[in-house]
Amino acid sequence: MSTYLTKRLIYMVLILIGASMLIFFLYALTPGDFVSGNLKMSAERKAELRDLYGLNKPVFERYLIWMKNALHGDFGYSLAQQKPVLTLFNEYIWNSFLLAIVSTFLTWVIAVVIGVISAYKQYSWFDTIVMIFIFAAMSIPSFFIGLFLIKTLAVDLKWLPPGGMMTTGSNATGWAYVKEVIHHMTLPVVVMTLLGVGSLTRYFRSNMIDVIQQDYIRTARAKGLTERTVLFRHALRNALLPAITLVGFELPGLFGGSIIIEKIFNWPGIGQLYMQSFGSRDYPLLMGFTMFIAVLTVIGTLISDILYHLADPRVKL
Amino acid sequence: MSTMSSEVVKSSRQDHTAVKSSLWTQSMRKLRKNKLAMSGLIFVILMFLACFVGPLFSPYTDGKINVTAMNKAPSLKHWLGTDMLGRDVMTRLLQAGRISLTVGLASMLLSVFIGSILGAIAGYYRGIVDQVIMRIADLLLTIPGLPILFILGALLSEWKVPVDSRMYIVMLMLSFVGWPGLARLVRGQMLSLREREFMQAAVVLGLRDRRKLFNHLLPNLFPLLIVVATLSIGGAILSESVLSYFGLGVTPPTATWGNMIDSANNVIDFEKHPWLWIPPGFAIFSTVIAINIFGDGLRDVLDPKHKK
Repeated sequence: MSTYLTKRLIYMVLILIGASMLIFFLYALTPGDFVSGNLKMSAERKAELRDLYGLNKPVFERYLIWMKNALHGDFGYSLAQQKPVLTLFNEYIWNSFLLAIVSTFLTWVIAVVIGVISAYKQYSWFDTIVMIFIFAAMSIPSFFIGLFLIKTLAVDLKWLPPGGMMTTGSNATGWAYVKEVIHHMTLPVVVMTLLGVGSLTRYFRSNMIDVIQQDYIRTARAKGLTERTVLFRHALRNALLPAITLVGFELPGLFGGSIIIEKIFNWPGIGQLYMQSFGSRDYPLLMGFTMFIAVLTVIGTLISDILYHLADPRVKL
Repeated sequence: MSTMSSEVVKSSRQDHTAVKSSLWTQSMRKLRKNKLAMSGLIFVILMFLACFVGPLFSPYTDGKINVTAMNKAPSLKHWLGTDMLGRDVMTRLLQAGRISLTVGLASMLLSVFIGSILGAIAGYYRGIVDQVIMRIADLLLTIPGLPILFILGALLSEWKVPVDSRMYIVMLMLSFVGWPGLARLVRGQMLSLREREFMQAAVVLGLRDRRKLFNHLLPNLFPLLIVVATLSIGGAILSESVLSYFGLGVTPPTATWGNMIDSANNVIDFEKHPWLWIPPGFAIFSTVIAINIFGDGLRDVLDPKHKK
């Protein structure tokens, strides 16, 4: 186990270095830099600023500088906002996390309940409706369903606010603040839950169908246990266990925000921050964000593999 | 004696017909019984026909700007209304479908092609070739997909790619992010296939590598590949629409379902002219759902080992 972990960690670091190089050069290739977008600035001032930010150095040298600082935990300053990248992340990430944790929780609860019921009643009309719902949820274009719900529920019916985290100009505190945020996050959470719930419901449904057909379920029934006990004590546990391997894969989604949803709902999260920085070519922020997600992805995969081994010791690491 | 021999003839004839009904015909027969999957297929075919043939019957194919009919709501004359240049939205929707469907189909073909060839080579030769290919795949799988697509999309504008050929580059971009997952899948299958008895027979026969790979190993993966390919068309259509919506994919005047929804970014069009952006959204949704339902039916038939 420990040799496996060492090997795995070394490989993770190597992959991340490779990824950082590739991302850095790709961002360097993207047209324009932070200074060139500013129309008011004179040519000399631009040259001066480029010099200051080190934008006129060769790409590889810039990469080495970035990497050296990053290894010291310094991800640089956002050029547009003149704040350290990590400070900005800290400001925005919790807004993203709020959306993600609530919708992930809802997604899992709904998926387990519906998945298990429809597996138990396989081929019933309920199951058929669930299957159609699953396919629908898996085929929705995320940005379109967001726009569509804003148009119908927020603009036409005025049930919910169309976007943002607070009403403009509001300075509510305490309970009023909490209520306002909940009011604003309802739509994005609904959309995010809708987008995730399809594949997960399907996963639990198929797990449960597999488990119900096992011999030990037949044995449990033959012993004369009540259907309730068979279902909840014998079947459900075994159907849920494999799902802990999915926990790791949720990691990037929990902290990485959602570029599309946050953009559509104008939610002040880290994905929205990324879109802004992409427009202004604020490369320290872009690099920081992309690497952050890459690190979360790699760590998430490792966690999943370890949990897989813990849940089912037959799986070798 | 004679009756016996005639019986033998008879039974051998039956055997003959049994042999004729190959795995493929059996699978297709099973598929035809799956009503849900077949309705998905029929919907996709109708959508293709509507997009590729439909505009020929429209009086508004030229997309000419018509100042007298701007932003008109849906009517008998213009089934889905007109846009701010007075163009017929229905005709544009179908023409956009040509691009969206083509991009989805072509980028799927390309990523399946690249992914299965590289995955097969990696799994067959193992060693250093495997290392190189799979490490590149790991690298691409580590980097989040949307940022990569955004960067590549921004590069498109920088290199002044002509509007007409942007769709080809978008296909390349989508297959660039699509192949690593496929390569991983194919490689895994390959590792187990190459140890099977029929491959030992191929070695004994002294077949060349190329023949072993492409005539004996890859055909065994066709059922799986067909399923994965079908299901990935939907994903490609969705990705293209996201990119084009953000203005980083195919750009106007070439219409795609994604960039038609872009008019929702304009507050007035968003609130007052929903016929501009809601129909393309439903076009994407219905096409992708039909493809996924059909793909799932295909999977039941062609890949029975897969957990349902």
